[in-house]
Amino acid sequence: MSDLLKTVLQVGSAVAALASVGLGVWLGVKWAPPRSRVNARPVLLGMAALALALLVLGNWMGLVWTPSEREMGDVYRIIYVHVPAMWMAMLALVVNFACCVGYLLKTSWKTDALAEATAEVGLLFGTYGLVLGAIWGKPTWGTYWDWDPRLTAMAIMLVTYVAYMALRRFVEDPEKRAVWSSVVGIISFVNLPIVWFSVKWWRSLHQVQSTPKTVDPDMTLALRVNAWASLILLTLFLLHRYRTALATREAEVALPEALPTDVPGPNRASEVA
Amino acid sequence: MTQQTRNRLIAVVSLLVAGAGLALVAFGNIGENLVYYWRPSEMVAQGEKAYGPTIRLGGQVQPGSIQWNEQHTTLHFRVMDDEQPGAAAVLVRTTEVPPQMFRERIGVVVEGTFDKSQVFEGSRLMVNHSNEYRAPKTDEDVKKMFEEMQKQEATTAAARTP
Repeated sequence: MSDLLKTVLQVGSAVAALASVGLGVWLGVKWAPPRSRVNARPVLLGMAALALALLVLGNWMGLVWTPSEREMGDVYRIIYVHVPAMWMAMLALVVNFACCVGYLLKTSWKTDALAEATAEVGLLFGTYGLVLGAIWGKPTWGTYWDWDPRLTAMAIMLVTYVAYMALRRFVEDPEKRAVWSSVVGIISFVNLPIVWFSVKWWRSLHQVQSTPKTVDPDMTLALRVNAWASLILLTLFLLHRYRTALATREAEVALPEALPTDVPGPNRASEVA
Repeated sequence: MTQQTRNRLIAVVSLLVAGAGLALVAFGNIGENLVYYWRPSEMVAQGEKAYGPTIRLGGQVQPGSIQWNEQHTTLHFRVMDDEQPGAAAVLVRTTEVPPQMFRERIGVVVEGTFDKSQVFEGSRLMVNHSNEYRAPKTDEDVKKMFEEMQKQEATTAAARTP
């Protein structure tokens, strides 16, 4: 691959992903709220096509184009999915933290809905990344799992966000739910910097973060293409989940008294019989 | 107090709690009490306190110390603190199958027990990788790697023959 093509890829993938994030924000404002009249179909399809194209390209680069690693051989190639997944999880959870603080400072169902969306999607990417990491650990470390600081901190973080989601399901009053879950979200966020710095603060099995200095340029490029592709996917997932959350919230807040009362009727009797 | 004021108060309190928790972990020297592994020198310095319980020993594999006993399928090697000459080293014996990347100078974490015979009985052998990712550069590199491997084979073979 020529240097020019590499530069085009480097810049092109970044521009494509950042433009998609911009479009995602625009759709979040204009299209996600209930009863919006914006036709998002062409933009969404375009973003999905872009994500798919970058994913195919990134996977080809990761699996075929990049050389194998000096010590690990081909096993290292899992880096191209493990690292982007973890980055996206961290990004989503940072947004979640911002939403949790934002909701308490200025009450808004939109902030609450986005908090719900980011926690779920962040948990999804985090779990995916953790499983990929375990799969990577077996051939390199010799074990799927060990209680080293990084792995332990990450596991605790995932558990706290599962708790966050469980809390959201348990509390029926939307306002109480929003306030309580914001508190849990803020406290849970403590873990994120701990996960990030765990490899620097303490001895662990997991190595410290790589930088472009410690990774060959071609590998860095392939990793970036995959990460940008993941960012578009993250945007799409968040957009979808945010829209659903907004619709749910509206249904809850608009109809608190209109829910059917629990009267034992003939229907119920026939169900039992 | 309006609901908004109450919520803001909650925000400030939870941010303070979160910040305090983070500060405790970051600056509370938790790492000094909760160590993932001991280096050989630290383990030896513990003296008899290190005998018995299952602990983790971490360090680098000393060059030339790997011995593979085919008959008893046991692996012997020494774990050293670092590459400095005269660094503390502890002999490890294990029947575990070493991970593919196991070789001289690589970082290892061994779980097992230590006793007064000064041999660390490893029940789990793990290898860690640095944060460097490099392509095998040239034919020259591959040749050097191969030669080193042969040299290592020769030393272990020599160690095997009584």
